[in-house]
Amino acid sequence: MSTAVAHANTEEHHHHKESFISKYVFSMDHKMISKQFLITGIIMGLIGMGMSIAFRLQLAYPDTSFPILEWLFGSKWAPDGKLDAGYYMALVTMHGTIMVFYVLTAGLSGTFANLLLPLQIGARDMASPFMNMLSYWFFFLSSIVLLSSLFVETGPASGGWTIYPPLSALPKAMPGSGMGMTLWLVAIILFIASSLLGGINYISTVLNMRTKGMSMTRLPLTVWALFLTAVLGLLSFPVLLGGGLLLLFDRGFGTSFYLSDIYLGSAGALEHTGGSPVLFQHLFWFLGHPEVYIIIMPALGITSEVIAINSRKPIFGYTAMVISLLGIAFLSFIVWGHHMFITGMNPLLGAVFLVTTLIIAVPSAVKTFNYLATLWRGNIRFTNAMMFAIGLVSFFISGGLTGIFLGNATLDIQLHDTYFVVGHFHIVMGCAAIFGMLAGIYHWFPKMFGRMMNKPLGYLHFWLTFISAYLVFFPMHFIGLAGVPRRYYAFTLLPEYGVWADVNVLMTLAAILGGIAQLLFIYNFFSSIFIGKKASQNPWQANTLEWTTPVERIHGNWPGEIPTVYRWAYDYSNPAYEEDFKMQNVPDEGQDVELFETKKQSVLSTNDESVVENTNFFDLIRNWFKPRTA
Amino acid sequence: MTEELTYTGRVHPKKFSLWLLLLGILMLFSGLTSAYIVRKGDGNWYNFELPSVFLYSTIVVLLSSITMLYAYRSAKKDEITGIKIGLSLTILLGIAFGFTQYMGWVQLSENGLHFVNPKYGDRVSASFLIAIAAIHLVHIFGGLIYLSVILGKTMKLQVHKKNTLQISMCNTYWHFVGFLWVYLYLFLYFAPDF
Repeated sequence: MSTAVAHANTEEHHHHKESFISKYVFSMDHKMISKQFLITGIIMGLIGMGMSIAFRLQLAYPDTSFPILEWLFGSKWAPDGKLDAGYYMALVTMHGTIMVFYVLTAGLSGTFANLLLPLQIGARDMASPFMNMLSYWFFFLSSIVLLSSLFVETGPASGGWTIYPPLSALPKAMPGSGMGMTLWLVAIILFIASSLLGGINYISTVLNMRTKGMSMTRLPLTVWALFLTAVLGLLSFPVLLGGGLLLLFDRGFGTSFYLSDIYLGSAGALEHTGGSPVLFQHLFWFLGHPEVYIIIMPALGITSEVIAINSRKPIFGYTAMVISLLGIAFLSFIVWGHHMFITGMNPLLGAVFLVTTLIIAVPSAVKTFNYLATLWRGNIRFTNAMMFAIGLVSFFISGGLTGIFLGNATLDIQLHDTYFVVGHFHIVMGCAAIFGMLAGIYHWFPKMFGRMMNKPLGYLHFWLTFISAYLVFFPMHFIGLAGVPRRYYAFTLLPEYGVWADVNVLMTLAAILGGIAQLLFIYNFFSSIFIGKKASQNPWQANTLEWTTPVERIHGNWPGEIPTVYRWAYDYSNPAYEEDFKMQNVPDEGQDVELFETKKQSVLSTNDESVVENTNFFDLIRNWFKPRTA
Repeated sequence: MTEELTYTGRVHPKKFSLWLLLLGILMLFSGLTSAYIVRKGDGNWYNFELPSVFLYSTIVVLLSSITMLYAYRSAKKDEITGIKIGLSLTILLGIAFGFTQYMGWVQLSENGLHFVNPKYGDRVSASFLIAIAAIHLVHIFGGLIYLSVILGKTMKLQVHKKNTLQISMCNTYWHFVGFLWVYLYLFLYFAPDF
């Protein structure tokens, strides 16, 4: 073991010579990369939220002039302070794209996978720090390309975040199908590259770099969730890439994968025959559905951890939690057709997708039940993070229930493309995932920045966000049931929807309130980085390994040896111990420490391949599930 | 980052990451071949025989796997000349593969089957064939760049018995894209009869 210590010391020695650029810009330290992901995600989130407030203003006050809109978007897109109809669609599209991919995929799993995977499994860094850095910079570049599409002459993509052909495949179809759409596709291809580089790294790290004693069954649930999220991304993003490439061929070369003989007002009949737009929907939703679990699973993982810590109880049903995550991950690949019930698919196929979709309710309900059972008779500490975690459970239940409505093909025919759908997915995946992300930020802020966030401001942020989120999205279910369609610029010409005008005003006012609440959070976040109270090493009295690292956040994570793990992550309020928590690296008295001692030195040069020889695939898989001995 | 890396698994993390990348590539082609099946199921589909030259592609790519294996074995035995010969032959065969693919597309186009067939909706079958083959060819080109890098390292005597990680990863990648073509060939050969 002495060589390992010596090695760690030399490693530290290396890292002290970092320049500003290698420390803050092209950093290869997973903790810095996680901050980069988080701050980029927050900025993208603010932009996405600003867009939503702009189009909510339009929905509530369709004929009113808001000079601020003209000031923001220019007289071309908001003449006389009223949003242009095409630009309204562009804002909706960009809001969806930014929130789904840039905030809740990269911002959420990028931040927490980078921060928590090495720290919680006991590794000095990711399997490949270089790939990790590339992952962030691809993401950054992708963000820049996407945002730059706001400034092109014909405006950004405006066919919806699902970019269905023909609007996305015909550059001439409408202004937003031109340059803006091309930039959208380039941005997403860069994003897929970032996501694959990150995902491969996360999986490789979890399976290969756990510390001694950290078997798969001792992993904190955050690690399980982030690991399975990476698996989902790895298996589903390439399929979107394939679909996107065929779309690029249609746009650029004139092939007919998705385009059939369409008549276009300005260009007459098109020279395309034989394509199937529904084919694109299949390819898109094969990513698109796992994507919603890519968004929610890290949030669920964070919640498991935060709820257990702040209830001072072991998480209820650890194995059930892991199995339900596995179940959700598996099922997410065989339900994509429920987005396409009204495309004219074979009713038998629709019935199959209906059944698989409703089965997802089972693992989801298991998770919800376990959260509630963990809270039950716990010694609850209402920290800011805990409030947001409980908020997630609330949204997960109320949004999940409406999912059962929409999963039924017969009901979906009525509800498809109405505000019911908008309400459903904003609650179950938008709000729930954002609440999970905020819980994570409040909880791990001391680990990221060495300081605490302001608690009273946190409470204010929670209540304003919680109330405004429900006020925005809950009424949407009612107007959706009444048939109000989504993606309409204004309902002034449709008098039958006039009765809902006041509800639209309520939702918009609530959205503005929610926006103000997020400004409170932004202030709290950035000011706490500099003037927050200094954090102690383990402020929440948690068990996991990240709280054994020094507050100063050194490169290599632990100054000496990496701690050995002797127990699972949830030994809270165990009557056998004096304190109400027992960290994973603390052995029991008389516990056989020898069991975990070194059998073989495990420090190897990157080029040494000797371990690879004579190893077959099945041995490897078996090996992953054993506790690490060396 | 440092030259050294601590890990506890039995396989090198870089190699493991390569396997994951290959899994991703496999999903890309599963998506594309599934799209082929779905679109074919819609009807309005023109069935045609694969260009005969694609059989040569298959033979060439299998031969290149053998030469790659020869290079890898030579590296393990520290025979530098063997590595150089093996890698060079593999690169040549890779280029030959690209050429046979191009010949195949020419053959198709002589029969009126182009990548873009504006007037014949049913000939999207040819577009699919060419798109799938072209996206595969991009992966072969990636492999050729990888092979060239390894050849360059061999010239600088950086590939030898005690440093086989790079060439073994290259070996894995090359066999993968080779057998990926064999799968695609069999798929495209038999798909019209499904």
